[in-house]
Amino acid sequence: MAETVTTTGDANTGRQSRSGKDTLLDARGLTKRFGDILANDRVDLVINRGEIHALLGENGAGKSTLVKMFYGSLEPDGGEILWQGHRVDIGNPAAARDLGIGMVFQHFSLFEALSVVENIALALPNPGRMSDLSNRIQTVSRDYGLPLNPNDIVADLPVGIRQRIEIVRCLLQEPQLIIMDEPTSVLTPQEADLLFLTLERLAKEGCAVLYISHRLEEVKRICHHATILRHGQVVRECDPTKETPASLASMMVGADVASVSASSQKPVIGETRLALKNLSAKAATPFATALNNISLDLRAGEVVAIAGVAGNGQGELFDAISGEMPLAADMVVLDGKPCGNRNITWRRRQKAAFVPEERLGHGAVPGMKLSQNIVLTRHSTGDKLVNAAFVSTANAGKMEQRIKKTFDVRMSHDDPEARSLSGGNLQKFVVGRELDRKPGVLIVNQPTWGVDAGAAALIRQALIDLARSGSAVLVISQDLDEIFEIADRIAVISRGYLSEAEPTDNMNRERVGLLMAGGAEAQGEVA
Amino acid sequence: MFEAVLLTIITAATPLLIAAIGELVVERSGVLNLGVEGMMIMGAVVGFAVANQTGSGTLGVIAAIAAGMAMSALFGFLVLVLVTNQVATGLALTILGIGFSGLIGEAFIGIPGLKLPDLYIPGLSDIPFIGPVFFQQDALVYISFALVIAVAYFLFRTRLGLVLRSVGDNHGSAHALGYSVIRIRFAAVLFGGACAGLAGAYMSLAYTPQWVENMTAGRGWIALALVVFSSWLPLRVVIGAYLFGAVSVLNLHAQAVELDIPSQLLSSLPYLATILVLVLISANRRLTLVNTPACLGKPFVPDR
Repeated sequence: MAETVTTTGDANTGRQSRSGKDTLLDARGLTKRFGDILANDRVDLVINRGEIHALLGENGAGKSTLVKMFYGSLEPDGGEILWQGHRVDIGNPAAARDLGIGMVFQHFSLFEALSVVENIALALPNPGRMSDLSNRIQTVSRDYGLPLNPNDIVADLPVGIRQRIEIVRCLLQEPQLIIMDEPTSVLTPQEADLLFLTLERLAKEGCAVLYISHRLEEVKRICHHATILRHGQVVRECDPTKETPASLASMMVGADVASVSASSQKPVIGETRLALKNLSAKAATPFATALNNISLDLRAGEVVAIAGVAGNGQGELFDAISGEMPLAADMVVLDGKPCGNRNITWRRRQKAAFVPEERLGHGAVPGMKLSQNIVLTRHSTGDKLVNAAFVSTANAGKMEQRIKKTFDVRMSHDDPEARSLSGGNLQKFVVGRELDRKPGVLIVNQPTWGVDAGAAALIRQALIDLARSGSAVLVISQDLDEIFEIADRIAVISRGYLSEAEPTDNMNRERVGLLMAGGAEAQGEVA
Repeated sequence: MFEAVLLTIITAATPLLIAAIGELVVERSGVLNLGVEGMMIMGAVVGFAVANQTGSGTLGVIAAIAAGMAMSALFGFLVLVLVTNQVATGLALTILGIGFSGLIGEAFIGIPGLKLPDLYIPGLSDIPFIGPVFFQQDALVYISFALVIAVAYFLFRTRLGLVLRSVGDNHGSAHALGYSVIRIRFAAVLFGGACAGLAGAYMSLAYTPQWVENMTAGRGWIALALVVFSSWLPLRVVIGAYLFGAVSVLNLHAQAVELDIPSQLLSSLPYLATILVLVLISANRRLTLVNTPACLGKPFVPDR
């Protein structure tokens, strides 16, 4: 897209016209530098009372840095923040809370070992007696339609409830501005709807919301104003209700985003490559999820997606299929061979490949070079990486070059350590490393988690292309947009039960949402 | 006879209890200080030396606490400010303590020491049997019980205790909420050092009122193990410390009556019995997991 990059000067005029007596927060020329990187470059932002203000941008555009300065967890290197017309120094989160700025974090900031009321007490300056606070929590949470039991231990609660705790904690601080960092990424569509109602109510009461999200549909639906960041600078401000998700996306990226489609090529379905038969496993730790009677046929040529809210057994299912969790032999069948009791190397030799969710630490060893990380998953799959117990650095290096080129992995110097890559680039690498093998069966958990739009499109297209070339692909994902984009069939996992995989054409968001919220479980229990 | 046995059990258990309750607070804040043995032995030698020079047991105890705190301040500076590896630093602290205490104590070997007086609690100490056992002890025994109750109350009933537990559970979140992780941990480490020093003073001023090189003989390590096996719960530390004390005392009596059991096996009994019982009571994995400080031993560097 030939979009002209608007300068900060334009944003300035936008600010001047927007700031007035209703202005709550007025940031002027905020700058933050980390080493050589300018994370925020003279950012101007105006938030008015009663406004749901979207902050958009790709990963690394500087959104989190900006809101951390509002919440006092980072100190700006330049510029100033005006709160209700007065210049303020927000030295720490307690100061932000005193001003009336609350924050709901992207990665929950809850203490798992503590109870709901203890978690909330920690965020309040004067929590008072625990029993009084418990009563207040019950009243406020019921009042906003987000009921909570104050004595539950957080570790026992599902993600949707955990977010409720964050929101109620924020509400009890009686804030005038609530900052929300990707609040819906872990919610079912129904839970998200409930959140939107709460936000609209808060806005009506005069509270302002600064809303960070990658989900442009919902930004268009609930936000009144949007500020778009790219490379640390404000590039545009707009009224999202007058835009389309596609136009918002191109403003963020600065170019058109390629759209991916599974339906453009009809799949040629072949025989079953991977079969799960009544797969069950007990929870390995008190905080893990048990798998119950999971059955699924994955056939050559198709992409099957497993939707579900985080923490419903996705990780455990992945471990069971990859061989990290040993099972009875006939629970997992690869190309007709029972292998539930076989290890991951045996399964890889059967042309299966696995990409786990956590790319740094599980998918790649942080302190090892990329070429060494390649050897770790491909040492015994006929790639000539190991000769008589010696590692062939030459072959591993060649492979690293090939993956880098095919999957556009960007790095500052040749063959760096895995930890030095940005999240998106490392994700392209760990997915690319397995795709490069042209595996017969590919299992991938959260293929594009935390990856920007351009890289996500590349990875999704590669997954579809692999399926169309005759392989079977199983994608576990929490991103419904992604699932509807690439899947031929969709199953839903809920509390360790898997629903029947149905053709994408028969599914819609509402149905998937109902299955996520326990429908899959009911189906599984009947079966 | 039974009375005497009970008395020796209390004497054997008290240093373990004091050192362990201090380390429990340290670990609840997310710091693993393996230097308990080193801080304890420094407390023992400094306590003995000061009591010997001044003739005051009280000054000896205060000096022992100060010595333990000085050692822990060194540890805290290294692991919290310079973010060194906690395991390696703790081990180094123990080695330093053992060596340095030997150097300080050289002049005091063989000198008869000063024993802390027993305090008779008026009224209570006259109760038959219970009185002599529980209410005619030296001050440190009473302090050890007061410490357990105070620590349990602090951790689970006060706001500061809640903050300390939150720092040990998730230092990133505690920092995001605006709590000073480093400062809270430093305070906890200092408290642990004070307790270890006090436990050392008990060794050289009450248990055996003299200075012998390496006289703590691994009790710091046992205190460390008790903390873990008791799932970081103060009352369970009492059970562990007294059980260990009891079995080691009974073991001495068993050796005295010359049972037909190899003495090596008898000597290992306290360890075996303590591990067995604490493993059994920590069979409730959920309770254990909820009470395990999730950030234990992990370095924290604020992103500012």
